[in-house]
Amino acid sequence: MKHLRAAFLAPGVAVMAILFFAPLLIVLAYSLLTRGAYGGVVPPWTGESYARVFDPLYGEILYRSVWIAGVSTALCLALGFPLALYIARAARHKGLLLNLVMLPFWTSFLIRTYAWMFLLRDTGLINSMLLSLHVIREPLPLLFNTGAVILGLVYGYLPFMVLPLYATLEKLDPYLLDAAADLGAAPFVTVWRVVVPLAKPGMVAGCLLVFIPCLGAYLTPDLMGGGKTVMAGNLVQNQFTTARDWPFGAAVSLVLMVLVLVVTRALMRRTEELL
Amino acid sequence: MFLRYIVVYEVDKVLELRALTKHYPNHHALKGISFSLTQGEFFSLVGPSGCGKTTTLRLIGGFEEPTSGEITLAGRPVAGLPPYRREVSTVFQNYALFPHLTVAQNVAFGLERRNGVTRSTIRNRVEQALALVQLSGKEARKPNQISGGERQRVALARSLVVEPKVLLLDEPLSALDPKLRKQMRQELKSLQRRVGIAFLFITHDQEEALSLSDRIAVMNQGSIEQIGKPRELYQEPTSRFVAEFLGEVNWVNGAGIRPEAIRVSKENPANGARSVAGVVESSTFLGNVTHLAARLPNGANCTAQLPLNGCTFELGEPVHLWWDASDELRVSA
Ligand SMILES: Nc1ncnc2c1ncn2[C@@H]1O[C@H](COP(=O)(O)OP(=O)(O)OP(=O)(O)O)[C@@H](O)[C@H]1O
Ligand SMILES: [Mg+2]
Repeated sequence: MKHLRAAFLAPGVAVMAILFFAPLLIVLAYSLLTRGAYGGVVPPWTGESYARVFDPLYGEILYRSVWIAGVSTALCLALGFPLALYIARAARHKGLLLNLVMLPFWTSFLIRTYAWMFLLRDTGLINSMLLSLHVIREPLPLLFNTGAVILGLVYGYLPFMVLPLYATLEKLDPYLLDAAADLGAAPFVTVWRVVVPLAKPGMVAGCLLVFIPCLGAYLTPDLMGGGKTVMAGNLVQNQFTTARDWPFGAAVSLVLMVLVLVVTRALMRRTEELL
Repeated sequence: MFLRYIVVYEVDKVLELRALTKHYPNHHALKGISFSLTQGEFFSLVGPSGCGKTTTLRLIGGFEEPTSGEITLAGRPVAGLPPYRREVSTVFQNYALFPHLTVAQNVAFGLERRNGVTRSTIRNRVEQALALVQLSGKEARKPNQISGGERQRVALARSLVVEPKVLLLDEPLSALDPKLRKQMRQELKSLQRRVGIAFLFITHDQEEALSLSDRIAVMNQGSIEQIGKPRELYQEPTSRFVAEFLGEVNWVNGAGIRPEAIRVSKENPANGARSVAGVVESSTFLGNVTHLAARLPNGANCTAQLPLNGCTFELGEPVHLWWDASDELRVSA
């Protein structure tokens, strides 16, 4: 029995150790070393990179990342909840509707982001249409700003909100909705007093699944933010490439990770209290 | 406490169903049913599984709209009114208590958001309702921290506290074990007397219906077979279906006789009573009574329910079974 358990556990543990913890240790080590002249790291050990993370210049980027990820998560929740509720309560075609939600996954995220850029840029579909209809005289600044980044993130991560929400709402006893209506609750009240509280585990799961990747997002802010809206992910990338400051890049990644852990823990604890 | 809220309607019928039908795509669940409840009445709807009892309640509650026919509540048609605008309240079969709310919050749910109901009124009425169903002291528990019987009482209190014109109960006792079920049956009846609200009670247990109801409607395949007082239905069923649904019946030469109306003796009584000869096939001791089954010459079985000391017959013994002609059930079909 004991051997069997070890045998089952071993592959997973090995993969985690080699592919996750080892690189993490390397990143930790990098963050505590000094930058080399042409990239890479050299001795001596120092905590100087961490001090710089909280420098107002970079602190602002971290703060902005949390803000953008937070807004995107909230928007995903606001859009995803009614959608998930609708699908869960639909009498027919549930499978089809769920597949439609997941349909974007069939093409690469990169390509889909480029598609958005073609839509939004100054000579893009939306602007050229509005221009030719003489609705506007100048192209609208739809791309390369914070709004565009948030749009891209919401678009990209909405399915990660919808799926866990759907899973909880689908299990909701429909008689509870009947009971609420029976006791005089209008549909909106029923949603607010019965559906939302009972969907909290799904909401927490969905928020984590959206917030965490949004916080570390790199591709979307890079392409749709046009370098103006730099998020933490771009900062990290920058340090490892152009800036050639590997220790600082490593330190930023680790701080980002701790941030995510703190948020996750807080949310998890709230859910446990609720259940 | 609830008595003070009772309103006497000008219309005597607090709820009336007229020629109600409900057609599903492949099924005619209700084929035109009509009945009415008077104020304070305990009315039961009984019938086998799938006969349309729940469908009837869902139409009254407003969860589904009838295909045709009319429902009036206290004299007013309710067609088109959503469930949250109808002054009826339902005790669901699985109780449908809100798992995230405490017992007190569950009971308070229907009182919140009502015009002119203050917090302290809510608190008082929740307290009274919980006292009424003997649940004082359990206010702070969640539904998963109380027993099945207690959950049932919470559901009752939650529905009664909003003072519905009619309380709809969909097999509220069926989730309880038999002993608790009998106890709750008595409590339900006395509760109904105290609150004076009309109860529309669904069950497929004939004993429950007979013991609780002022009147009973027997349903069969989407239609009502007969409506009447328990005694009427039991003693004067108009159809074979009703006779058989509400108790055991022996059919001898086309006449129906209840087992408890049959006497058994070794000799032919020759007292003018109807009688038939048979051979004792089995006798089952049930404590207070004994069930004796005899085989008749035509091969049919006939059961008699005999008092404790009335059964001194051997298996295989030829006997005479007899009864008063007045005890025969005269059914048309
Ligand atoms: N949504 C529906 N679509 C199609 N048929 C339905 C639907 N709801 C109920 N029915 C059918 O209508 C009939 C009556 O159902 P109903 O639930 O009223 O029965 P019931 O008398 O409450 O039975 P039970 O004692 O088993 O609860 C059943 O044959 C059922 O299959
Ligand atoms: Mg039913």
